Amino acid sequence: MNKISLVIQREYLTRVRNKTFILTTLLTPLLFVVFIAGSTYLSLKGKSVLKIAVIDDNNYFKNNLKSSGDIQFEFPNAVDTSNYENKGYSAVLMIPKFEGTKKTDYILRSPKSIGFEATESIENKINASIEENMLQEAGITRAQLDSIHSQSKFAQLKSLKQQGNEVKESNDTIAAVIGYASGFLIYLTMFLYGVMVMRGVMEEKTNRIAEVIVSSIKPFQLMLGKIIGIGAVGLTQFLMWIVMIVGLLMAAQIFIPHDVLQQVQALQQHNGTMPGGGMMQASEKAQWIYDKSHMLGTANWPVIIGLFLFYFVGGYLFYSALFASIGSVVEDAGSSQSLTLPVTMPIIFSFIIMTQAVQNPGTPLAVWASIIPFSSPIVMMARVAYGVPGTVPYWQLFASMICLIGGFLFTTWLAGKIYRTGILLYGKKSTWKEMIKWAFRKN
Amino acid sequence: MSNILELHNLKKYFATQKAVDDTSFNIEKGSIFGLLGPNGAGKTTLLRMITGIFYPDSGEIIFDGKRFDPQNDIVKIGYMPEERGLYKKMKIGEQALYLAQLKGLSKSEAMEKIKFWFTRLEMQSWWNKKLEDLSKGMSQKLQFVITVLHEPKLIILDEPFSGLDPVNANLIKDEIYGLAQRGSTIIFSTHRMEQVEEICDHIVLVNLGKKILDGTVSKIKQDFKENKFGIQLDGVPGSVNSPAFELVDQKAGQLTVKINEGFRSNDVLQYFIQQNINVAGFNEILPSLNDIFIKLVEGTHSTTRSFQKVS
Repeated sequence: MNKISLVIQREYLTRVRNKTFILTTLLTPLLFVVFIAGSTYLSLKGKSVLKIAVIDDNNYFKNNLKSSGDIQFEFPNAVDTSNYENKGYSAVLMIPKFEGTKKTDYILRSPKSIGFEATESIENKINASIEENMLQEAGITRAQLDSIHSQSKFAQLKSLKQQGNEVKESNDTIAAVIGYASGFLIYLTMFLYGVMVMRGVMEEKTNRIAEVIVSSIKPFQLMLGKIIGIGAVGLTQFLMWIVMIVGLLMAAQIFIPHDVLQQVQALQQHNGTMPGGGMMQASEKAQWIYDKSHMLGTANWPVIIGLFLFYFVGGYLFYSALFASIGSVVEDAGSSQSLTLPVTMPIIFSFIIMTQAVQNPGTPLAVWASIIPFSSPIVMMARVAYGVPGTVPYWQLFASMICLIGGFLFTTWLAGKIYRTGILLYGKKSTWKEMIKWAFRKN
Repeated sequence: MSNILELHNLKKYFATQKAVDDTSFNIEKGSIFGLLGPNGAGKTTLLRMITGIFYPDSGEIIFDGKRFDPQNDIVKIGYMPEERGLYKKMKIGEQALYLAQLKGLSKSEAMEKIKFWFTRLEMQSWWNKKLEDLSKGMSQKLQFVITVLHEPKLIILDEPFSGLDPVNANLIKDEIYGLAQRGSTIIFSTHRMEQVEEICDHIVLVNLGKKILDGTVSKIKQDFKENKFGIQLDGVPGSVNSPAFELVDQKAGQLTVKINEGFRSNDVLQYFIQQNINVAGFNEILPSLNDIFIKLVEGTHSTTRSFQKVS
């Protein structure tokens, strides 16, 4: 046992002390923040105003085709398809003659494609204004219409989950986001650290140090030490990321103006409504912050983080043992490709199943994939975000956990046998057939 | 003297070959023992069983008077395999420390021993270097130090001199003698016969997984002598013709003769005395280990071996 801990120490320390490890650990959350901020900035900044000339011979839209932010409608005279560009318009919209309520094509011409989002938004605007015209024709005045519009948006859907007598607020959007994010993270790290284990084993083999070491300790101890050491590196990285993210969130709070913060606190104390019977209105910002934090609050974080760590460790152990056995039989990165495929395929498949399970956590495919250890680490994370024991009954969770523990014990045992033979074999390319033979022969 | 290692009917079969086939021999404490054999003779497999890497299919290994127990005895053995290497990116000092601790030394013990050996072999300045900064000869030296660092009772060196220049080879050779004098036993595996002749007390020759020769170097040479003698004469004799011996080779006054059965060396001398030719020198020519090795190995058709199936 003491010797395994020496191996673990070496594997852990050489990696954690490595400059690239320190850099990636520090920079990943930062890059993440920069990426989000950057893409938000670009999406806000990048939209240019679309100035559209409308040729409306009916004069039907003149009063109610509403411009908004980045889409401006104008109704100039003497503009046609040949000169709109010269007059400074980015597109020209031609309104056809009406023929009752039949669906008609409205033609929009522009020198370059205006994009899916803009097309849809223009279509919605046209339809909205047709609707408005029709309502007015039916005898509803503009004022009535406006008041209906402003008052009608009072319904807010709050879905509640019922379990016996306990009623809990649930939020499917946040569950899907958490499920997807954690499934993706496990997928990524299983690959990342699995390949790291494989590289480490290959390094020991090609450097010819393996035989020096196995004259001191058992090959199985060496393999296990490496797997545990690198797993600890992964956990360290996660832990540092969690600390950094919490730190960043705390730091972000400093930048929230004091009065907004007070309002948020008031909202939190009174379950989302402002005290004083609606006399005081919360500011838009405070409402936004409250909504977001309230949404995050509906998730069962201790269970999710706990299960995340379990499935990360379990999935990592399950696959890294297989990666280690592949590393033990190859001598260069090129020949490892064909051998890694049978190991990487199930991981990729689980990822695909996970994207389905996030939308539909109850399908038989999602249920079985979350129990079978080949895919359970990734798929189960997509499902547990929807709630335990709501979406995932206890029996499924326990079956999945037990299968995963049994699974990694089995792959580690199997890999150990392949590893023992492979690590000392030089100058020979091994096939899967031979590896399976080594794994199941006696002694 | 007692034996540090006894092998009794050791067998290890692989799917396509009998790597070690019923081999037994003993190694005396404090001796320098040569394990010889052509490529693929089963030397490495034999050594891997002695170092606990492989388990024998059958047979028994007695280590230091007790049945070999890899778990505990492994720390009393130092093994420098032929396929050896170290971590490229790790500092020399840390590697030595790590490998010494894997051999069961505590950190402070290991530090002490490393300092001793590094000073002895003038390697102090290497501590913070990485392996990739060392030449092949230097890393070989380091490998040797790592092998003997924990003062093992049994030191196994597989081709220890490959890649070393004569100066460093001599340095290591002296260390090997020194270790043997201080009570360690050394198994020396090679196919460089001149080194074996120079260093080893006792040798075993294996081929096709079987032991084909076992004994001290001088005894083996005696066993394989062909009654050849070298004679230096003052002056060149005319035709040489005697029932006592046959002329094998002649270069002016330098003769090599083979004494026929039933005659002694004195009969040869007598002949030249009678011819009135002065004998300036007379010595027995013993076969070199190299000759014995080639003769024995060629006789067993080692090339067909890799295609031989286990029946």
